[in-house]
Amino acid sequence: MKVFEIVEELGLTVFSGHKGLDREISGGYVSDLLSDVMGNAQEAQIWITLQVHQNVMAIASLKDLAAVIIVNGLEPQENTKQSSDDENIPLLGTSLPTFEIAGKIYQVFNR
Amino acid sequence: MKQFRTDLHIHTVLSPCGDLEMSPSNIVSLAINHGLDIIGITDHNSTKQCELVWKLGQNSGLTVIPGCEMTTREEVHCLGLFEDFDALRLFQNYLDRHLVFIQNNPVLFGYQLVVDEDEIIRDEINNYLGASLDVSIEEMEKKVHELSGIFIPAHIDRPRNSLFSQLGFFPPGLNVDALQISKSADEIFIRKKFRINQEITLVKFSDSHFPGDLGKTYTIFEMKEPTFGEIRKALLKVDGRRAIIPDK
Repeated sequence: MKVFEIVEELGLTVFSGHKGLDREISGGYVSDLLSDVMGNAQEAQIWITLQVHQNVMAIASLKDLAAVIIVNGLEPQENTKQSSDDENIPLLGTSLPTFEIAGKIYQVFNR
Repeated sequence: MKQFRTDLHIHTVLSPCGDLEMSPSNIVSLAINHGLDIIGITDHNSTKQCELVWKLGQNSGLTVIPGCEMTTREEVHCLGLFEDFDALRLFQNYLDRHLVFIQNNPVLFGYQLVVDEDEIIRDEINNYLGASLDVSIEEMEKKVHELSGIFIPAHIDRPRNSLFSQLGFFPPGLNVDALQISKSADEIFIRKKFRINQEITLVKFSDSHFPGDLGKTYTIFEMKEPTFGEIRKALLKVDGRRAIIPDK
């Protein structure tokens, strides 16, 4: 499954990193501790978080993640969007809380 | 140059997690008994107990630096220290505007009390001070520096509420005056683990919440006199001044 398919199916906002929308997704990871994501996220996963700091994209790039979803209707910082464009990793948004968006993605993914 | 035993991270009874015995008069007498020369008062997201500790310190020859331990939106704990009470008041206004409102539950979180020098309760803060502020660590650093304060990310090696636990690595462009490491941490190990530039000063402070914590952890500041300006210069290693973590 590709990032744009999840975006369409779940009506996610695309803040930036449009060039990466055809990245393939291998699974998901949920965490708000960036040190934990650095240690435990796997390549091509989609990462769900409420952190909006610019380090989010640096870690997404380091781990070669498929995309990042910011929950609760939060707005990413400008420099976070900028590095998502630079890295071609989509930065997505939803008004839903983490539990709900993770549940929906899990369902779509395991259909 | 002279040496000053310095501990710039101390909580009072105002912090929900601060022991009820951490009254201003108790802190000042404990600090003096343990041979500290300079202390910093850094309650969680509030500065409201600083002035009394400072006043009691004035009367007994202890230098007290007013400050705060802030929680940024990333839930990173950082110390802000200020030179005077004009700056501190402006900073308190900033905290009041940005602290996310959560009603304190004293049974769960602890009491948040402002007391006077006779340990009579003068105020109880309603808004839970362990909540976070809705500003990023970069915005916080800029605010502290705009008020000519000192900005030090707290206990950076801790697995929670630290610069590295919350943000993974040192954010590019963040301007710190020093980094505080935990009491049992090894300076060389920490520098290597987190790849900290030699130019950045590391300090150890007690993060005291209980009377028994006070006096056990401090950093030696080598500088001319026990003032805010000298403290900043020691952290930034100006003209031979420096801050040294003592060997255990």
